[in-house]
Amino acid sequence: MAKIEQVRGQGIPLLIDDIDTDRIIPARYLRCVTFDGLGEHAFKDDREQDKEHPFDHPHFQESTILISGRNFGCGSSREHAPQALMRWGVEAVIAESYAEIFFGNCTSLGIPAVCLERADLETLTSMVQQTPTLPITIDLVAKRVSCGDAEFPLTMAESARSALTSGEYDFLSQLLEGKAEIEKTAGQLPYLNHFQTA
Amino acid sequence: MTDSRNLFNKVWDNHTVRELPSGQTQLFIGRHLIHEVTSPQAFEMLRERNLSVLHPELTFATVDHIVPTDNQLRPFADALAEQMMSQIEINCREFGVELFDLKGDRQGIVHVVGPELGLTQPGLTLVCGDSHTSTHGAFGSIALGIGTSQVAYVLSTQTLALQRPKVRQIKVTGELQPGVFAKDVALHIIRVLGVKGGIGYAYEYSGEVFDRMTMEERMTVCNMSIEGGARCGYVNPDETTIEYLRGRPYSPTGEEFDRAAEWWLSLASGPDAEFDDVVEIDGSQIEPTVTWGINPGQSVGVKEKLPTLDSFEAEERGGASEAFTFMDLHEGEPIQGTSIDVAFIGSCTNGRISDLREAAEVARGRHVAEGVRALVVPGSKKVLEQAKQEGLDQIFIEAGFDWRDAGCSMCLAMNPDKLVGREICASSSNRNFKGRQGSPTGRTLLMSPAMVAAAAVNGHVVDVRELLEPAAV
Repeated sequence: MAKIEQVRGQGIPLLIDDIDTDRIIPARYLRCVTFDGLGEHAFKDDREQDKEHPFDHPHFQESTILISGRNFGCGSSREHAPQALMRWGVEAVIAESYAEIFFGNCTSLGIPAVCLERADLETLTSMVQQTPTLPITIDLVAKRVSCGDAEFPLTMAESARSALTSGEYDFLSQLLEGKAEIEKTAGQLPYLNHFQTA
Repeated sequence: MTDSRNLFNKVWDNHTVRELPSGQTQLFIGRHLIHEVTSPQAFEMLRERNLSVLHPELTFATVDHIVPTDNQLRPFADALAEQMMSQIEINCREFGVELFDLKGDRQGIVHVVGPELGLTQPGLTLVCGDSHTSTHGAFGSIALGIGTSQVAYVLSTQTLALQRPKVRQIKVTGELQPGVFAKDVALHIIRVLGVKGGIGYAYEYSGEVFDRMTMEERMTVCNMSIEGGARCGYVNPDETTIEYLRGRPYSPTGEEFDRAAEWWLSLASGPDAEFDDVVEIDGSQIEPTVTWGINPGQSVGVKEKLPTLDSFEAEERGGASEAFTFMDLHEGEPIQGTSIDVAFIGSCTNGRISDLREAAEVARGRHVAEGVRALVVPGSKKVLEQAKQEGLDQIFIEAGFDWRDAGCSMCLAMNPDKLVGREICASSSNRNFKGRQGSPTGRTLLMSPAMVAAAAVNGHVVDVRELLEPAAV
């Protein structure tokens, strides 16, 4: 896979806490056998109830970096959520914190999900609201987010950061390499061996 | 020599294949449960890469999320649901995975079916493409919800790349009051620790309250670990666990069962077990609990008033205000007396036989209030049959509840069971998120099945303790 060291783009401000995956992609759109076509339904219900929703706002139609709050992506494990965001055009997420399954799903799709301090998120949000065209750079190597003249230190689980920057976020090939060790571990598990533990 | 490792770390160590360059662990997965919603894309990934299922005998499939609960005849009226149903049948046949389909008597919600068949056992690693996989931790397993890419990884390698979480012991001491159920314990823990309090942790539930709980009650609490942000939750295996597993279709038998039981008990966290954090909660103080907001942490005891906005920390105030507006509930008002339109008893949290018994105890001899639509949806075909044998179906039907076939139903409303418009629902399910029960503007009040039944017969939220005969509690 290609190394992901930097993501550049404009921001979409959505600084709300505890956004769950039911909001990102409502359950009725999970009636599908492929992820194609999920993009248009991202935040569908929220958008219908808020005509000013940033995902519909003309200023943010070219934006690719989603800015949100605490505990982003909580709730259901549905990978349909990051898939919907990705297919809408989101290439990276900046938030205060993430639910863990959502974070793992993002990483395996090559979507960096990085964390900023709350005050920095608020600064970043107001900058983007004032000037939607301001370019944002997420630098996973230098561990910082820059926007205009401002710079903010980012944090991210080291395992995810190294997986993205080394291009090894598609864990499948890595896991497949462990084949001999997989069977060795299986061979030592009592429940796969009629509980002969002695 | 004593082992200072807690159960989580013992099970993790047993399943460690190797450490990966990223610092993550390649972890062997002992049981993989799949369903129709999050697996089709995973099987497609296998086809694209020309991979097979490495250990098809360790994967089991059921159908639950999209299954209609009123008419299960094929083809389904919903063409998309029918397509998903056909796809899991094709995938299971092609890749050699056992499927508990609608034709057999083992179909049901994946987190109800796994335990009742004895597929869920102590000391396993168990995963499923569904966040409520945490349910299975009730048996002392590491049970994790995963995404669809990870479903493909497990199918093809029987392993995952995972970061070892920290472990927090949550001790609930004392004795629960009559009329207070496992669901109330789960909601109370999330209220105390918050919806993000568990991020980075596995939760070990211990203390007298869990020691006394049945397996079904333990499942209810573990089920909602994910709502507190925890990666998973578990209860140490004990005699209750062993007795539950004895004689189940996929449990070991004869001498093998005895050997298994010995091993299972040896995994439990001992008195010297170490934890990254310990929290203690007095169980006797827990009240029947009801959510008022749009996440499961926004709840109050049934006798309490809703909080006032100024009682929240500054950073929580925006979320609370959004919740009051969406729910059309007001700060400082009592939750008791809140009118409901719909009552839903079911889901992987509270769709088990003990849940139906508790709700039936309240519904017996009473009638659903006028204007209230009330559904009872058993979590599995086995639960449905058991309920019929005990006559619970008749109690519900006579009380004016709609008695349905097994499925996830109105918990997330991927099937035709949905809220309509601004309807407000007393629900035994696990999530009160905006739009969760099928209407973008529908509203959910989470509570125990007995509390849902009490709300159904009164037409508004009441304290179930006032409806329970002293002899019944």
